[in-house]
Amino acid sequence: MKTIKVGLGTCGVSAGGEKVYAALKSEIAKEKIPVNLLETGCMGNCYQEVLLEISDEKGNDFFYGNVTPEKVKRILDEQILQDKPIEEWIVKGLKTDDEDTFFAKQKRIVLRNCGIIDPNSIEEYIASGGYQAIQKVLKEYTPEQVIDIVLKSGLRGRGGAGFLTGMKWRFCRQAEADKKYIICNADEGDPGAFMDRSTLESDPHQVLEGMMVCAYACGADEAYIYVRAEYPMAVKRLHHSIQKAMEKGFVGKNIFGSKMNLKIKIKEGAGAFVCGEETALIASIEGKRGMPRFRPPFPAQKGLWGKPTNINNVETLANIPWIIVKGADAFAAMGTENSKGTKVFALAGKIARGGLVEVPMGLTIDEIIYDIGGGIRDGKKFKAVQMGGPSGGCIPATMGNLQIDYQQINKTGAIMGSGGMVVLDETTCMVEMAKFFLSFTQDESCGKCTFCRIGTKRMLEILERITDGRGQTGDIELLEDLAAKIKGNTICGLGQTAPNPVLTTLKYFREEYEVHIRDKKCPAHSCAPLLTFSILEDNCTGCTLCARVCPAAAISGEKKMIHKIDQALCIKCGKCFEACNFKAISKD
Amino acid sequence: MKAQDKLNAQQTKNGLTGFKVDLWNYEGEKGALIPLLQAAQDSYGYIPLAAIDQISEIVGIPAAEIYGVITFYSQFRLKPLGKYLIKICDGTACHVNGSERIAGIIEDELQITGNDTTPDGLFTLQKVACIGCCSLSPVIMINDETYGRLTPKKVQLLLKEYKAKDQNPQTA
Repeated sequence: MKTIKVGLGTCGVSAGGEKVYAALKSEIAKEKIPVNLLETGCMGNCYQEVLLEISDEKGNDFFYGNVTPEKVKRILDEQILQDKPIEEWIVKGLKTDDEDTFFAKQKRIVLRNCGIIDPNSIEEYIASGGYQAIQKVLKEYTPEQVIDIVLKSGLRGRGGAGFLTGMKWRFCRQAEADKKYIICNADEGDPGAFMDRSTLESDPHQVLEGMMVCAYACGADEAYIYVRAEYPMAVKRLHHSIQKAMEKGFVGKNIFGSKMNLKIKIKEGAGAFVCGEETALIASIEGKRGMPRFRPPFPAQKGLWGKPTNINNVETLANIPWIIVKGADAFAAMGTENSKGTKVFALAGKIARGGLVEVPMGLTIDEIIYDIGGGIRDGKKFKAVQMGGPSGGCIPATMGNLQIDYQQINKTGAIMGSGGMVVLDETTCMVEMAKFFLSFTQDESCGKCTFCRIGTKRMLEILERITDGRGQTGDIELLEDLAAKIKGNTICGLGQTAPNPVLTTLKYFREEYEVHIRDKKCPAHSCAPLLTFSILEDNCTGCTLCARVCPAAAISGEKKMIHKIDQALCIKCGKCFEACNFKAISKD
Repeated sequence: MKAQDKLNAQQTKNGLTGFKVDLWNYEGEKGALIPLLQAAQDSYGYIPLAAIDQISEIVGIPAAEIYGVITFYSQFRLKPLGKYLIKICDGTACHVNGSERIAGIIEDELQITGNDTTPDGLFTLQKVACIGCCSLSPVIMINDETYGRLTPKKVQLLLKEYKAKDQNPQTA
């Protein structure tokens, strides 16, 4: 029998996946069509949501993209009943054998089951080789041997800082205490990053299994998953998966007949970016304001409720089962000298083919943006890529041949971060971009360190006046001075990295700052107060539309006559520019 | 006394009804404060003052300290919500794809700014950092529905649709 899989991750659902699923279900029932209707997680090529994968009896796979409920009837009719693929709706999917696809250069470890198995089915995870790693570990290895394997694999923490995972486990293992905890950090706060959400939604058992191995290695019998409350679907699927794993006896007492016990609990975050920081996260689980504290003592010595605690991010833990089953050498064979394995990136922004991609370390930025992402949307020019979220920076297009690994990215002034990759084109103003991130970190600063609390506020004010056309000579130097002080006088990662977006844009796009300050112009035509709107007389047909949409009554002109914008009245809202059907309004 | 009975007794005393905490067995559980606050918000849409007093009794933490926790986290609200909560995503991807313009249109249409509620209690606006649907940007959420790939026109139509759904908001 044929099967239809509907991609129902958050992006699939947002694009209308559930409506497509419901339409398929009712049509199949109504017409009594012999077909298996299944759901799966994120397939990765989010830019084509809603996605269907149809497999026929001969083992052929067909991928349909941009599916709507209206298309359902024809797909069932032609593809399912008559075996006639609808060429114009078919897209290149996960298994398409073609050089120019979103998938050709990818190497999937963390995402290997995403969009393939049903995330709500523990049986499908087991059938794909799941829960083999934990059994192997319990049977064949001591905790120290597990740590050696993880160390040898070269796996680094995928949450941002890139610390060696095996080292972290060893610190926790070596701490002496009657009780230890492990925590899975799923508080994915970087705007522009959604890899952890997709992993949890599409393959939750893989993360649970990684946690089990980690707990074994560290000697913990209680685990927490700290997950953003903004990810309701991930929370729901995690609850369901833990329940199923408990029913099977994989979680609980005497796991797989061994002496190992493990309780896994979910804690929903309450919306604070700083809680991605280890000590703040611990405070939040303890029910307090999520404020970081001084280290040492590190969580590995004194963490949750004062006990040794190991914290790893979702993607880090998701790598573990694969490493255990395939061996450390197989993992270390991928990537560069200092960064092993793969990295998942959330490709978004002005990119033609956005979505979730997993590539071996060492691929260049250009390969990701052009070969995988298909270049820039609407034929515009690639300007920069923002990596690492609010703690990261903007890497200019001229550095497109940069190999992606922890060291190379750090050299640019950005950071690998959790893997957000927001692509910017020529219409993005870099000063505005820096302002955007600063307003985020300023808002999310917990207020403990003076330089973070007040320094980021002052930096934001300077950026605001630059983009408003009130920039002064010396503003750039003032920004640099403040940035250095904030970096050096704060205790947690949020403060120490908050100036990065400003520093990297200053490093690579200083000229843009200078033009804003000196000429009161925005080279990207993005900062509204620095724009001048005027009518292009050759194109104006006198349709009066612009005059009607103008909220300031700044546009005058008779019907069928050329209109005029009164600059003294213009509030630069851009409504006329958007409304004009004849490209008769210029923005400069 | 059993946890739920104790809770019911306290609820009656504090004049609260409908406080659902079926998922969380808070007795003897450390770190119960935030889950309890989340349960209160799930039950009422915001955290009423009476609920703070009640939670204070349950966990033995002074109300003032609980207030400090509430105001620290962006998820918690101390004011009731409108019927429709519009979350405007201002994550990086949405930002570069024009979320500010979308926010501006919604603010113009509803005549409110920032994190406010319309006088008729129909809409509450909230700007959020990232919903995580970056590949569909710009995105907004209205209650549990997500709307992606928005344009100024689409947003205007969407708001019209929601307003039409609710012809007589005062009685709703």
